[in-house]
Amino acid sequence: MRPFDFQRASGAAEAMDPGLRVIAGGTNLLDLMKHEVETPARLIDVNHVGLDEVRREGEGLRIGALVRNSDLAAHEAVRRDWPLLSRAILAGASGQIRNRATTGGNLMQRTRCPYFYDIHARCNKREPGQGCDAIGGFTRSHAILGASEACIATYPGDMAVALTALDAVVEVEGQGGAREIPAAGFHRLPGDDPSRDNDLRPGEFITGVRLPAPLGGRQVYRKVRDRRSYAFALVSVALAVTMEGGRMTRVRLAFGGVAHKPWRVPEAEALLEGHAPHAALFDRAADAVLEGARGQGDNDFKIELLRRTLVATLTDATGDAA
Amino acid sequence: MSDTVQVERQQKMDSREDTDFFGGTAQGVLSTAMDRPDGPQKVTGTATYADEDHPPGTVFGWLVRATVTRGFVTGLNTDELRAMPGVLLVLRDDRLLRNPAQGQAGRAPVQFKGEVAYKGQPIALVVAESFEQARHAGLAAKADYLDRGGKAVICPEDAEFETPKAKQSSMGDLDAAMTAAAHRLDGEWTTPSMSHVAMEPHSAVAWWEDGKLTVRASQQMLKHNVKELADSLGISPAMVRILAPFVGGGFGSKLGISHESVAAAIAARKLGRPVAVPLHRRQVCETTTRRSESRQRVRLCCDRDGVLTGVGHEVWVSNLPGETFSEPVTQSTPFTYRGENREIAHHVGRLNITCAGSMRAPGEAIGVPVTEAAIDELAEMAGIDPIEFRLRNIPEEDPSKEIPYSSNRLADCLRRGAELFGWSERKPAGTRREGEWLIGMGMATAVRVNMLQESEARVVLLPDGSARVETDMTDIGTGSYSILTQIAAEALGLPADRVTTVLGDSDLPPAAGSGGSFGAASSGSSVTLAAQAVREELAKRMGADPGELTLKDGHAIAGNTRRSLPDLLGGEAIEGKGTIKPGSNARSVRQASWGAQFAEVAVSAVTGEVQVRRMAAVFAAGRVLNPKTARSQCIGGMVFGIGSALTEESHYDRRDGSFVNRDLAEYKIPANLDVPKIEIEFLEDRDAWANPMQAKGIGEVAVCGTAGAILNAIANATGVRFRHLPVTLDKVIAALPRP
Amino acid sequence: MQLRLTVNGTEHALDLSDPRVTLLDLLRYRLGLTGTKKGCDHGQCGACTVLVNGRRMNSCLSLAAMHEGDEVTTVEGIGTPDNLAPMQEAFVRHDGFQCGYCTPGQIVSATAMLKELAAGWPSQVSGDLDAVALSDDEIRERMSGNLCRCAAYPNIVEAIREVAEQEGPA
Ligand SMILES: Cc1cc2nc3c(=O)[nH]c(=O)nc-3n(C[C@H](O)[C@H](O)[C@H](O)COP(=O)(O)OP(=O)(O)OC[C@H]3O[C@@H](n4cnc5c(N)ncnc54)[C@H](O)[C@@H]3O)c2cc1C
Ligand code: SF4
Ligand code: FES
Ligand code: FES
Repeated sequence: MRPFDFQRASGAAEAMDPGLRVIAGGTNLLDLMKHEVETPARLIDVNHVGLDEVRREGEGLRIGALVRNSDLAAHEAVRRDWPLLSRAILAGASGQIRNRATTGGNLMQRTRCPYFYDIHARCNKREPGQGCDAIGGFTRSHAILGASEACIATYPGDMAVALTALDAVVEVEGQGGAREIPAAGFHRLPGDDPSRDNDLRPGEFITGVRLPAPLGGRQVYRKVRDRRSYAFALVSVALAVTMEGGRMTRVRLAFGGVAHKPWRVPEAEALLEGHAPHAALFDRAADAVLEGARGQGDNDFKIELLRRTLVATLTDATGDAA
Repeated sequence: MSDTVQVERQQKMDSREDTDFFGGTAQGVLSTAMDRPDGPQKVTGTATYADEDHPPGTVFGWLVRATVTRGFVTGLNTDELRAMPGVLLVLRDDRLLRNPAQGQAGRAPVQFKGEVAYKGQPIALVVAESFEQARHAGLAAKADYLDRGGKAVICPEDAEFETPKAKQSSMGDLDAAMTAAAHRLDGEWTTPSMSHVAMEPHSAVAWWEDGKLTVRASQQMLKHNVKELADSLGISPAMVRILAPFVGGGFGSKLGISHESVAAAIAARKLGRPVAVPLHRRQVCETTTRRSESRQRVRLCCDRDGVLTGVGHEVWVSNLPGETFSEPVTQSTPFTYRGENREIAHHVGRLNITCAGSMRAPGEAIGVPVTEAAIDELAEMAGIDPIEFRLRNIPEEDPSKEIPYSSNRLADCLRRGAELFGWSERKPAGTRREGEWLIGMGMATAVRVNMLQESEARVVLLPDGSARVETDMTDIGTGSYSILTQIAAEALGLPADRVTTVLGDSDLPPAAGSGGSFGAASSGSSVTLAAQAVREELAKRMGADPGELTLKDGHAIAGNTRRSLPDLLGGEAIEGKGTIKPGSNARSVRQASWGAQFAEVAVSAVTGEVQVRRMAAVFAAGRVLNPKTARSQCIGGMVFGIGSALTEESHYDRRDGSFVNRDLAEYKIPANLDVPKIEIEFLEDRDAWANPMQAKGIGEVAVCGTAGAILNAIANATGVRFRHLPVTLDKVIAALPRP
Repeated sequence: MQLRLTVNGTEHALDLSDPRVTLLDLLRYRLGLTGTKKGCDHGQCGACTVLVNGRRMNSCLSLAAMHEGDEVTTVEGIGTPDNLAPMQEAFVRHDGFQCGYCTPGQIVSATAMLKELAAGWPSQVSGDLDAVALSDDEIRERMSGNLCRCAAYPNIVEAIREVAEQEGPA
């Protein structure tokens, strides 16, 4: 860990400074700082700036950036009205980590690409222009969708996949003012600048996340991984589906573990909406989701895995509701 | 000190030990499920491991890693590092180790001398006032390399293989038997490189006093480690003391002396201050040892009745150049089943990746699952229930050496296990389903060679009638503190709380150490002998034959006389020394621990995820010294087996041999949710050839059958035989049609 | 920088010369409280679990400097060899450990986990997010952030279940 200056913020405004690096739960940042993958010169501790409440806002919900993952997952409104969010959070990390991890920090968590984590490997995300040692290396965790020549990493988180499916909005604020970014557009594709994970600008701070009115219906988060707990997703599917008269009236789908961002394909949702559930339709939806999917070798299986998991999740969620 | 009478007893296992000494003792504490005496310390955090109890003034070292795979180190940015805050020393020294010593080596392993043989190899040590400063400086180190080492070999496909003569054997004509057989199988299996990942990272704290070195280290075999450390440093073993009162798991990874102790010792000498070198988890994975990957060809054939006529087992494993250890994969194959025609072949290839060494049940842990999967497959071909098939193939004696078994209760294990597990409920392959989950049951034989190693202990009966056991044995979780306490208490007729066991200090009598499942049997035997020597002295004082003496609850009873021990001791202490030595029994009979293991799995037809739903096992391993700790050992072994069957694999980058998943997030050992209910039973068993306690090794046998049972259960669930471990979901979905 | 925090009921006023010190290394290397273990230093094993203001967390992934004013409880604060807490007793009785290295983390984690369960927090194995009940799978899942290579898991589950049942229904 490189030496750094440490200060504690008493208000969120203090954190809106391009020269400072925010530390919240610390569960991702310190992990990376110990490996010297992250080397901030100045840290600002935002654990005491407030923003730690979950509040009803009209029909929706406002989640402060410092709300801990555990509290959010256990929040009575979230459990009842946005169970997909509870489920996604609970599928991630461990009880200890969720007790510390914050809503903002979770959105901002960086890829688990092992070459990104190794300062002796080449990585365009760490050092733009250096090259990418993951390509041609061990790629079990890497992307099958939206990857570029420069970077094939995935966004590893679970919570953001649910937020994406739930049409959440990320609230950010900087010295230039506040703005909102839809969760589905918060993370970027790597393109030719993988050093940028998302659309947050230097000096901007996440103040919270807003959820629109509950979607209702069946909500499922299915996470597939190498061990049953305490492991990142190989593939995950977030689904919220409402049925009326035997038809799917509203479908929201997002996928984790497959791209540099939570993956959402509105065409697939549109294809399903208004129709009665049936196997051939689900297959077509999977085709739409997997359009352009490409494996890197070790992760080729994710293409088939995503298809199967998606179809099974749709089948289960719409099965006896017809 | 008060007067001490010294007595001694030695035994070499050159014949059957027909007197069952512990069959005649009276205290009734041995073989009870006593709680661990060290438990209260462990659950309160007061048990101290290597990187703890630092002497005042301790400073910290961080090992610098090689960033090339092969080559020579020609320079280091030493001046830059020296100028960093807190840095006290940048150590480059030819005595640093290339890799840890192999188990029981007793001398230095290959040392650094400037050459790099694998990526991540330690090439220097940076010492600083604080841990934080040392870590930062260690990561800032940059070496220059000269690449004249030739091309690195990473993948077994590219390796050159040696075929050591002593490791090949052949009997009859396997090819002819295969041709003539009613049923035959010729298949190839692979198992991956694996990592021990004991929870306590290797660590050492070293300091010098009056020219004598003391090291707190996380090691399994202190008497060998002292010699290895001394030899590495070029000093006399008499000048070295190693302390390891508690060891946070070993599984073979801490058998031999390793980087941290050697580096800490050199640095402490140079600085005249205590130096701690706690390895980072990545360094543990990269620089200590691994289990070799294996490729295994198995050939089996049987007649119409399912009687085996031929067994072939040919394996390819690997290690660094120059290492003599190679995973003895076929170790138990020659004597487990019948089959008069046999071919055993062993090849070792040279790779530039982490050193291969012993990992829990080296050999059988990966060999038995494969042969058991093959047996299962052949039984299916022959249309015979897999348990029945095995029962038909248990030989009368070791068919490869034509020597008797010391004791072989495999048949009883199989029958009892079938009952315990409910084997009769098993359905034909691919026919049981619950929603998307395919359910299957499988079983396997567990077998692991039983060994004995020289071991010495001291048992002191103190004037107040309490006793102290002293030996440099370690307790790496195995329960040494428990069983040695119980053995001494039983032999001396004392309640367990009147016995104190002191371990983990190389100044104490040299024990076998913890490894190869011989720890309990060897060190326990030495304690038995030492206590017997004390008993003989007590008998003398009672005017009785040792055989007529009863010791119970602190009293000696012979004939009509009953005296309390303090009374009998009359202010003196009796110090018994006991030494057990292996003898010709190691060759004249075939000794092994046996078991039958069962698993039920659920395989998702959608995702290919495999979940183990329940497991059961029955073992016969001689006298069980403490059923509670023995059960824990078996549970631990079986969970190790779950990992090797389903999740564990060290991935080396094919281009440069970087250990890619060198941490606990990506090297996936089972978590709590992965582990189901496990039922374990021990058969009442005695092995008179093994040692005076008639006990055998138990810590490893439970690993050996587990992965086989799981593989066979997966085959029963899915109808597919997976031959490449671990059976991760990608392999499963590739083999199962879309649901 | 100055740092005040309470550990196991004892207040400490420290002069922290280096903000890089984690809570774990503060405990182990500076306060001599080595009961809290380091298995990975990266949040991947749970050996370093402590309670901060009553909640369990990995002390390796937190800077000491972030704990100004906090109340920290380590395994040493849960019970002593002469006065074991019920959870510690249950671990001894059920042999919920072997080498003992992960054990302090397991004990601290289990202690807090039962409170989370009692508060009705759901987990990923809860069938109904609103009606959480004690079961072996709930214990297993909630303890999955504490790896044990000796694999005392089944015994850990038994020990915890016994304590949970003694303490009354969640
Ligand atoms: C072993 C392990 C397993 C894990 N498994 C999973 C898993 O299965 N699924 C999963 O989803 N996650 C998992 N995680 C990741 C975990 O969820 C994240 O580390 C956590 O959510 C990060 O939150 P934090 O508050 O600790 O962030 P920090 O570490 O404090 O910060 C992370 C980043 O976010 C920035 N940041 C924090 N808050 C803000 C803000 N308000 N505005 C702007 N920037 C901010 C920081 O500057 C930093 O760059 C795992 C982590 C570990 C260590
Ligand atoms: S995939 Fe992306 S994060 Fe990984 S090494 Fe390549 S550039 Fe870096
Ligand atoms: S040491 Fe903190 S989680 Fe492993
Ligand atoms: S008891 Fe050894 S790691 Fe858990």
